[in-house]
Amino acid sequence: MQITGELIDYVADLSRLQLTQEEKEKAETDLGSILTYIDKLNELDTTGVEPMSHAFPVKNVFREDEVAPSAQRDVLLQNAPVKQDGCFKVPKTVE
Amino acid sequence: MKYLDVSALSLGERLKKREIGVREVTQAALSRIAKKDGEYRAYLSVFQEEALAQADAVQKQLDAGEAVSPLAGVPMALKDNICVKDLPTTCGSKMLERFCPPYDATVTNRLREAGAVMLGKLNMDEFAMGSTNETSYFGACKNPWDTGRVPGGSSGGAAAAVAAGEAYYTLGSDTGGSIRQPCSFCGVTGIKPTYGTVSRYGLVAYASSLDQIGPIARDAKDLAAVLDVIVGKDERDATSVTAGENRYLSSLTGEVKGLKVGIPSDYFGEGLEEEVKEKVLAAARKLEEMGATVEEFPMPMVEYAIPAYYIIASAEATSNLSRYDGIKYGFRAEKFDDLIDLYIQSRSQGFGMEVKRRIMLGNFVLSSGYYDAYYKKALQVKALIKGEFDRAFERFDLLLGPAAPTTALKLGESLSDPLKMYLGDIYTVSVNLAGLPGLVAPCGFDAQGLPVGMQLIGKPFGETVLLNAAHAYQLATDYHEKRPQEGGEGR
Repeated sequence: MQITGELIDYVADLSRLQLTQEEKEKAETDLGSILTYIDKLNELDTTGVEPMSHAFPVKNVFREDEVAPSAQRDVLLQNAPVKQDGCFKVPKTVE
Repeated sequence: MKYLDVSALSLGERLKKREIGVREVTQAALSRIAKKDGEYRAYLSVFQEEALAQADAVQKQLDAGEAVSPLAGVPMALKDNICVKDLPTTCGSKMLERFCPPYDATVTNRLREAGAVMLGKLNMDEFAMGSTNETSYFGACKNPWDTGRVPGGSSGGAAAAVAAGEAYYTLGSDTGGSIRQPCSFCGVTGIKPTYGTVSRYGLVAYASSLDQIGPIARDAKDLAAVLDVIVGKDERDATSVTAGENRYLSSLTGEVKGLKVGIPSDYFGEGLEEEVKEKVLAAARKLEEMGATVEEFPMPMVEYAIPAYYIIASAEATSNLSRYDGIKYGFRAEKFDDLIDLYIQSRSQGFGMEVKRRIMLGNFVLSSGYYDAYYKKALQVKALIKGEFDRAFERFDLLLGPAAPTTALKLGESLSDPLKMYLGDIYTVSVNLAGLPGLVAPCGFDAQGLPVGMQLIGKPFGETVLLNAAHAYQLATDYHEKRPQEGGEGR
């Protein structure tokens, strides 16, 4: 797998990250060597193998729909970096 | 303080007999942390006042005969990705530097009910991503056996604190070896239970299909006692599994006669240090002398576990860490242009390089055009790995191998080359992929005096078999009783 500067920019954008020039170069080298190593998996024939998300069978877990107190507003807001009038404060989201 | 270097259970017994008070042992542990931890940096925060208040409360329960847990009053500590209400939970990251969760993790709650005294929170690789504890935003934790070396990671602080006698036991978390590898490096005993055994509610998520909380202590008997407290189904973690009454401690017999031990020959191949190999094989011979049967068998999938693991773990991390947006909690950049830029600036300034690397790797393997070639392929390989373990456990009760290819590395040795660091996880990650329990216990020392650990791998929910084998081994050997000399550096 050939890692290019454009690919790093694309993946950084998907990740909502902005890299410095130095970080970009390091990421190119590191992801390059990691992905080259990962290509080792191609040695294995996986035709017809069912992909396994969970090691043990998991099924949906249901519970009774009982009314219970939810968390308090001020408790949920206690870690907000910026808040106002009992709300999370965000920059303008629509033009 | 003659009580400072005994096991958790032994201290618990003395507290029950009132040979010593809870405040006294808590104070002694806090003093040792104050005196020694400047050098080791195992702790990221110390709960001085809270611990002493807990100590007094538990003492009252002991006096009234109400505290029944064998661990009541025993001082312990938690890895800093396990939530304790209203106290810092930083995950070793600038992102969560000021985060104080408004709730307790389920394990925290269960420990409180058992009368645990919580001394503080332990150093770790940032968001549990790393194998050396060096990616911690707050600085690396040092190995108490040699402060020029790493304690391993990501639960480096949790293993170092037990090795240094700064806690009687600790809780860590293990996604790809993060409990077992530091136990090997620090000469302590730890277990990653079967996936679903311990509730993950209140554990800050890294890779949810692999993460599991587990204890670290001085011996296997202590681990059994901690599992008795923390194991159980929890309606807040849908993947937690129904289990019966916990009888880990009372099930220990110290007997391994007839136990069928498998030695995966592919765990002893290229890359494994000769001294580590010798000590682990010597442990196998010891178990054989004690009545177990030991047989070698091939397990060729081991070399594919690392690439499969790093795809799956990074993909899940990408998704889990998308919650850090600079709005609801966590770090928020001061300067930004608009909403999207707020996300970008907060994440770029709040995360360290290893975390960024895994988020990007995860986004890459999940992105359109690459998903099938990487992510789907990794999930297929995971199925093959699971199948190989299933076949092995038709013949064996447990598997025995190394936990890490080397003893503790020097600080800085692997930080510059992430792939090299990833390769050190070769013997641990497949256990997470297959959801199995894995226990690490000390089995010797290399020529430099650094601890070597052996890893026991069990069937799903076979914790008792692992604990019992380790307990039997520890009754017959004394490696787990060795403690580092103070101020050892430069081995």
